[in-house]
Amino acid sequence: MSASTSHHYTTTGLDSRKIGIWTFIGSECMLFITLISTYLIYKGRSLVGPFPHEVWKDPSTGHVFHSILNIPVTSFSTFVLLMSSLAMVLALAAVENRSVPKRTLGDKILGSSKLWIFVTALLGTVFLSCQAYEFTSFVHEGLTIHTNLFGSSFFTLTGFHGAHVTVGVLWLLSLLVIDFKRGLNESDVLHVDIMALYWHFVDVVWIAIFTLVYLIK
Amino acid sequence: MDKVTHQGADVAHAQGEQHAHPTWSTYWKVAVILTAITAVEVWVYYTPFQHSRLFNPSLIVMSAIKFAIVVGFYMHLKYDHKLFRALFVGPLIVAACTCLALLAVFGHLRH
Repeated sequence: MSASTSHHYTTTGLDSRKIGIWTFIGSECMLFITLISTYLIYKGRSLVGPFPHEVWKDPSTGHVFHSILNIPVTSFSTFVLLMSSLAMVLALAAVENRSVPKRTLGDKILGSSKLWIFVTALLGTVFLSCQAYEFTSFVHEGLTIHTNLFGSSFFTLTGFHGAHVTVGVLWLLSLLVIDFKRGLNESDVLHVDIMALYWHFVDVVWIAIFTLVYLIK
Repeated sequence: MDKVTHQGADVAHAQGEQHAHPTWSTYWKVAVILTAITAVEVWVYYTPFQHSRLFNPSLIVMSAIKFAIVVGFYMHLKYDHKLFRALFVGPLIVAACTCLALLAVFGHLRH
């Protein structure tokens, strides 16, 4: 029996590491819903702009601030994160089916865990780049974490999510290094599965944030 | 042969799998559905429908569908052991109820 499947059974017959990741994801649900709740409670209660969806004129300077959220860029980054989840499941499937013979070029592409882990990490990095661009443009337009309630709750919520994506990308890169060094095989399926669960969780959190923060007015 | 079967069962057991995971084609179909729903979400944002009273509920429904699809198919919860489902859905229900309670306390659910 491989090292990854030995000595980890619980009285339920399930692997303790998989129970652990689901418990962790459950607790993360609570963390993110708390942050989302805070954002929703403070929504529309900022005394000064810039605002997410409304134009605001500063009475002291007369400067007009347009609605600050950039929906096209965020829609693109949402699409990127959704596609990264697809790449992640393909990476997991590739590791699970490592021993299945690949006859055609399509089979070889679909069966390459290195390729799909790399694509997942790349798409995660593109998402983070979009977020960095968004944060930078907000600061240039006058919205910081100190500006108003919207800024405080927005940067905290999306910043926490971005930190989770960053951890995920680093985790993916470490898996990629292992795959290049010795190759991931059937005994590593659980490790990749746990990584995939974390990555998909980060994706579903963004699905909620995209709707509640960016689209709903 | 017995050993191979036993090892395979161990691996599946260790992961708590009840059924086989979806196929590659299922994953691609799920990705197309997720992309289509996201496209509809963004499209309605730019249409006069954004002024409708149904705008926010429809976005929440579409988001919930995407959430359920990713959790069910990509996270394999549809195929996994019921304990994993309980570990995820339980805290999610508690958290969602807390969110609704907070919104009610701060007057966001009054119309």
